[in-house]
Amino acid sequence: MTSAERQLLSGDDAVALAALHAGVRLGTGYPGTPSTEILETFDRLGGHAQWSPNEKVALEVALGVAFAGARTLVTMKHVGLNVAADPLFTATYTDVEGGLVIVSADDPGMASSQNEQDNRHYSRAAAIPTLEPVDSQQAYDFTMLAFEISERWKIPVMLRITTRVCHSKTIVIPRGPVSGVAEPAFEHKIPARVMIPAYAKPAHHRLRTKLAEITAWNEAEGPIQETTGDANLGVVTTGISAVHAREAAPEASHLTIGMTYPLPMERIRAFAAGVERLLVVEEGDPVLVDDLRTAGIDAEGKPEMYRFGELDVARVRRILAGDTSAEPVPPKGKPPELCQGCAHREVFQALRDLDCIVAGDIGCYTLGVLPPFSAMDTCVCMGASIGVGLGLRHALPEDQARRVVSVIGDSTFVHSGLTGIAEMVYNPPATGHLVMILDNGTTAMTGLQEHPGTGRLLDHSTTNKLSFEGIARAMGVQNVQVVETTDKSLSLKDVIAELLAKPETSLLITRQPCVLAAPKIRFYDKAAAESARGHTCSAAVAD
Amino acid sequence: MEKVKNIVIAGLGGQGVLTASDMLAEAAFRAGFDVKKSELHGMSQRGGSVSSDVRYGEQVLSPMVPAGEADVLLVLEETQIEINRPMLRAGGVLIGPGLLPDGALKNKKSLNVALLGAVSTVLDIPQEHWMAAIYANLAEKLHKVNDQAFAVGREAALEGPLAQHP
Repeated sequence: MTSAERQLLSGDDAVALAALHAGVRLGTGYPGTPSTEILETFDRLGGHAQWSPNEKVALEVALGVAFAGARTLVTMKHVGLNVAADPLFTATYTDVEGGLVIVSADDPGMASSQNEQDNRHYSRAAAIPTLEPVDSQQAYDFTMLAFEISERWKIPVMLRITTRVCHSKTIVIPRGPVSGVAEPAFEHKIPARVMIPAYAKPAHHRLRTKLAEITAWNEAEGPIQETTGDANLGVVTTGISAVHAREAAPEASHLTIGMTYPLPMERIRAFAAGVERLLVVEEGDPVLVDDLRTAGIDAEGKPEMYRFGELDVARVRRILAGDTSAEPVPPKGKPPELCQGCAHREVFQALRDLDCIVAGDIGCYTLGVLPPFSAMDTCVCMGASIGVGLGLRHALPEDQARRVVSVIGDSTFVHSGLTGIAEMVYNPPATGHLVMILDNGTTAMTGLQEHPGTGRLLDHSTTNKLSFEGIARAMGVQNVQVVETTDKSLSLKDVIAELLAKPETSLLITRQPCVLAAPKIRFYDKAAAESARGHTCSAAVAD
Repeated sequence: MEKVKNIVIAGLGGQGVLTASDMLAEAAFRAGFDVKKSELHGMSQRGGSVSSDVRYGEQVLSPMVPAGEADVLLVLEETQIEINRPMLRAGGVLIGPGLLPDGALKNKKSLNVALLGAVSTVLDIPQEHWMAAIYANLAEKLHKVNDQAFAVGREAALEGPLAQHP
C-alpha cells in the first residue's frame, strides 16, 4: 500500500498512509469510533503506533515527541478531545519542532457516540489551525499538508474528520514517502515550552501572529476548491457537506473550504460578491455561517432542524429549497444487543434482580440499559460511573443509597476510572460504595483493542500489565474481590448483596474474556509463549 | 455523463454486510470506475441492523445513496427487507435470502457472496473483477467454497425473474 498507484481507501486508512509517507515517528491515541482504524492501519503498514490509557496522555506523549523534533500523529474521537482539552489549550501556545497533528473524528448523527458535539468549536477556542477533508484523497493530502503547516509555523494542527469521511472508501492516489524529515534531537527552548505566566503572555501574542500569517497563507494558497456556475446561487461548504451539495445543486457556484480555521474570509467575501444568494451548507452547528455573519457577509444558513444528525443529498436538497416540513421517519432497525454468551448478561441480570441503582459507563456493557435487563440508570462519559455513583450515595436516603452500584469496563477503568477510585477512598459515603469492573480483557466496543490492563500492546505483543485488584488494594479500598463468572460455585448475586450490606468501600471485579475476543486472546497468548520459549533456547545457545 | 449506479447492502451485524460491500466496491474499482463506499459501524457488530452503500460510475460525489434512489437493494436477512425497502427506486431490483433454493449453500457464512453472485447479473462489472475482489477479501482456504456460493447465487438470479420494486 505504499506505491503511488490508485487505491480504494477509507478516510482512516488514507490518514494512516499519509502519516507513514510523512515520516511520523510515533502515532498515539485512544480507540474510539470512528477514529480507531487510523493507528491500527498505521501499525499494519509498518509505522510505530501505541494506545495510550486516554486521550490526554496521548496528546502529552505526542507533544513530547514534537518537542524532540520528530513528527507525530495523535488520534481520537470527538469526545476524546474533551479529555485532551487541558493540554490542547496550552499546546497551541508552545512552539512544536516536529509536526504535531491531532485527529478529531466527529460523529454527527451519533452512529456510536453519546453526543454529536461539533469540534470546530475547539478550533476557535484553542486557536488551532484546522483542516477538514471531503474524502479519502483529501484525508491523505490534508494530513501531509497539516504536517507542513505544523512545522512551518511550529503549531499543532487539527485534522477534523467525520464518520462519513472516516468510514467511506474512495479512491486515493498517494504522493509517496517524503524525504528530508528531521531526525529528533533535543534543544533547550524554555520560553517556548514552559508556560508559566512570564512565558505564556508573549506566547499568546506569538500564537496570534502565527494565526495571522496562516490566515494570509490560507487566503493566497490554501486548499480551497471553487467551481463557477450559476450566479444566482453560491454554496459555501466544508467537509463531507461539499459532495452532498455538489450533487444536490450541480448548476450552482460552489466554494469548498479545506482549512476552516483560520478562515480565508476575503476569498469568501469575493465569492459572495459574485452570487445572488449565498448559502452555507455545513453539518452540525452553525459555526461557519456565524463566522461569515460576524465578518459582515450576508450569508444564509440552514434551518435549525438540520443541526441534528448527518446531512445527505436529500437533506441538502431540502435546505436549498428552504423546506422545513417534517422529514420522512426512517423505519427503526434492530438495536444492538449484548452478545449471546457474554459475561455481562449475568451481571446485569443480577443487578436487575437486586433492584440496584446502576451508575453506568461507556462501552459494550452500556447495552445493559436495553431490555431484557434495563439495568442502567446513568451514563455520561468515560469514567463517570464512579463519580456519579458516589454522588448518588452521598445524596440518597440510606435504603436507596445502599443499592447504588458503579459499573465500569476494564479499558474505561484505565482510561478514567482510577481517579474515581481515589475519590471513593478519599471521600467515602456513609453507606460505603460498590464499584464493579466488568473485565472482559479487551476494549470490546471499538473492535477489540488492547489497553494497559490486557498486558499486550497495540500490535498484540506482550508488555507490562496493570493489576486492578493490586491498584485498588494499594489505594486503600476496603474490600477487593475477583469473581470469575465461569465459576458456578458461587452466586454473583450473593456476592453483590453481601458487599452492598457493608458500609465500606468495595471493588468487585468480574472476569471473563469477551466471547468475540477469546479466540484471539488464546492465539496471542500462544504466540507469546512460543516466542518466550524461543528466547530461552537462543539465550541458552548463546551462553 | 453516465448515471451513477447505487447499491445498498443491508443485514444484521455479523452476517458479512461490510465484507460484501467491500467486495462490490473493489470489483467496481478494479473495473476502472470511480467508486465510493459508505458504512456505519461501531455498535453494529453487536447483532443490530447494519447497512452499507456502494456507488460507482464515471464520477461519484456523495458516498451515501439518497433514499429512494438505489438501483439494487441486497438484503441478507429477511427481517431487514421492509426496513430498507424505502431505499429502492421505482424499478430497482431487490435481492434477498429467499432467492436461494433451500440447502443450496455448503457453508451458510457464504450467503453474502452467493447473493453478490445474484447482484452481478444486474451490474455492468465484468466477471473477472468480481472473482478478484472476492478473493482479495477472503482467506485463501475460503476461496473454493465462495467460488461455489457465487455461482449458486448467479445461477438462481439468472433462472427466475428478480423482484422489482414497483
